[in-house]
Amino acid sequence: MTVLSDLAENGRGQLEKWGRFTLFVGRLFAVSPRALARPRLIVEQVHNSGALSLVIIMLSGLFVGMVLGLQGYDLLRRFGSTESLGTAAALGLLRELGPVITALLFAGRAGTALTSEIGLMSATDQLSAMEMMAVDPIRRVCAPRFLGGVIAMPLLAAIFSMIGIFGAQLVGVTMMGVDSGQFWSQMRSAVELRDIVEGVVKSIAFGFACSAIAVYEGYHALPTAEGVGRATTRTVVTSSVAVLAIDYMLTAVLL
Amino acid sequence: MNASNAMAGATPGEAIARLTDVAYTVGGRSIFDGLDISIERGKVTAIMGPSGTGKTTLLRLITGQIHASRGSVIVDGEDLSRLDREGMYRLRRRMGMLFQNGALLTDLDVYENVAFPVREHTDLPEELISRIVLMKLQSVGLRGAARLRPSELSGGMARRVALARAIVMDPKILIYDEPFAGLDPIAMGVVMRLIRETNDALGLTSIVVSHDVHEIGRLADFAYLLSGGKVIASGTPAELAANQAPVVRQFMGGEADGPVPFHYPAPDYATQLLGTGGNP
Amino acid sequence: MKQTSATELGTGLFVVLGFAALFFMATQISSRGLTLRDDNYRLTATFDNIGGLKVGAPVSIGGVTIGRVESIEYDSKLYKAVAHLAIEARYDHIPNDSDLAIYTAGLLGGQYVGFTPGGAETYYKNGDRIEMTQSAVILENLISKFLFDKAGDGAKKTQGATP
Repeated sequence: MTVLSDLAENGRGQLEKWGRFTLFVGRLFAVSPRALARPRLIVEQVHNSGALSLVIIMLSGLFVGMVLGLQGYDLLRRFGSTESLGTAAALGLLRELGPVITALLFAGRAGTALTSEIGLMSATDQLSAMEMMAVDPIRRVCAPRFLGGVIAMPLLAAIFSMIGIFGAQLVGVTMMGVDSGQFWSQMRSAVELRDIVEGVVKSIAFGFACSAIAVYEGYHALPTAEGVGRATTRTVVTSSVAVLAIDYMLTAVLL
Repeated sequence: MNASNAMAGATPGEAIARLTDVAYTVGGRSIFDGLDISIERGKVTAIMGPSGTGKTTLLRLITGQIHASRGSVIVDGEDLSRLDREGMYRLRRRMGMLFQNGALLTDLDVYENVAFPVREHTDLPEELISRIVLMKLQSVGLRGAARLRPSELSGGMARRVALARAIVMDPKILIYDEPFAGLDPIAMGVVMRLIRETNDALGLTSIVVSHDVHEIGRLADFAYLLSGGKVIASGTPAELAANQAPVVRQFMGGEADGPVPFHYPAPDYATQLLGTGGNP
Repeated sequence: MKQTSATELGTGLFVVLGFAALFFMATQISSRGLTLRDDNYRLTATFDNIGGLKVGAPVSIGGVTIGRVESIEYDSKLYKAVAHLAIEARYDHIPNDSDLAIYTAGLLGGQYVGFTPGGAETYYKNGDRIEMTQSAVILENLISKFLFDKAGDGAKKTQGATP
């Protein structure tokens, strides 16, 4: 009996959480036009979420590309078609690995920073102080961070894929001896604009999800050191699951 | 220093904020039940009470951050339960609030913190903003600290900056949440002087939440003593000090045990020690 | 002020890099690039059987890709498959007696459509229907035909051997 009622209680809690999140995202969208009227604040957040994540994104992109180069080479060699390495690396990066790994890294680097920043602002009464100054903290604090993340994500993913392709060509062409002309020309003839659009659409969707989750968790964190710590963990977990789930759905729709 | 000179252009005796029969329940726990408080215009009114009596909750009720479960809260002629978000924000522009630790925005320096409400609510040219901000900083004695970051300020300084920020939009009501907590005697003296001077010079109404009996005794024109979700005593600080009710005497005199017990409710001490009462 | 300009520089660098990457992908990596303007012309071809031909497959002439298969449908009156081809405008000199066939690129590769140029002086133009087509070669049919022929040969031989 208690197990059942616990389950019911839990389900109710989950439903409430979904409702709160949806309402919060609704408010984010509602105040976004007014937040867009202050581009300065958004530029600052593009800097925080994007420019500051640049190094980790570029490094990861390079290594992922190099691994793709090695693995792809080994796999394709068995079929005697190593010249398709460029195609394999480019398609894998543009459509899947670029957007997904970028989003996961974003959740870990920028998402946690957003959550803890907003959570600490709430713990130190800064958000209440804004409320008292008749300034809506969702418009002044949350919306610019949300929009900054949405703008930064596709750009980060593009940079990641780019560097990744060069990483694959570094390993494939320079180290494994795949013909450079073959590598690029095969890639060029096989990759279509559709593939690139798929990646961009995905990374924009991930940008929305990751930023909204990070900002939500920060805003709703319990205003204590422990509460902020937990919210930060939740940001990473929730964002990662959300990214992978959205990835599957978008792939199914876009293929 | 008291009531006589505190009426800077205000009608005496008129209430700017009034709570009538207010109840507030959160998570099944009753915080207030039948609370009646009226704040007189132009005066410094203190809200006192032991920790955990919901003094901060009371402030959140007056500022509309939470809504009463029953009864009415009227501030500056507006019934808070009837205001939407926009209406609430309009009312809050006529109020200023000082949080316990200042609540300065950590990513802005002192100058920008004070300028923040002006920038958010007006399109004034930069030189005008600068003049207003420097004026307010001067009045709290921190014009020289304009370019410091909040992390570089002491507790007292942070509160003075927060005061400058709270008065920058010339509010009618100024609310202080525990303005003396954790300050050294000098800083406490400074903050007290500032509260009094600001109140009288700008002709506004101040609400001070505190449990520092001595400071309130010297500062306030009128004081409410809360306990158990109700007003248990009210009057001028002198009247409160003369009050003979045991709870009032315990609080004003700072006695450890009394109607507010020293011990949290627990099973009988002897039984528990001897092991027959079981572990908690 | 120093803080602000560092922020601006970092953000600027990031945004420029990001857009450069997007631009590079769109123009250098993809086959079609950013075609804002659609200047292709369209031809329709009917086949008895299109085999494994897919939308997006290349259309080639002499091995050069000149267009793509835009859509494939089934004509229920003719009982035939209809493929709509989009041909780039600059390849507008395809003799209108050229015939069209479905080929397979390599043993495991995808299928594509190829023109064999004819000798006519007039050329295909937008909206034309290509009648001279050769269906895809279905591997199973080929094998069964081969086996059937072999079996037939075998039968003849046995017959011949019997006096």
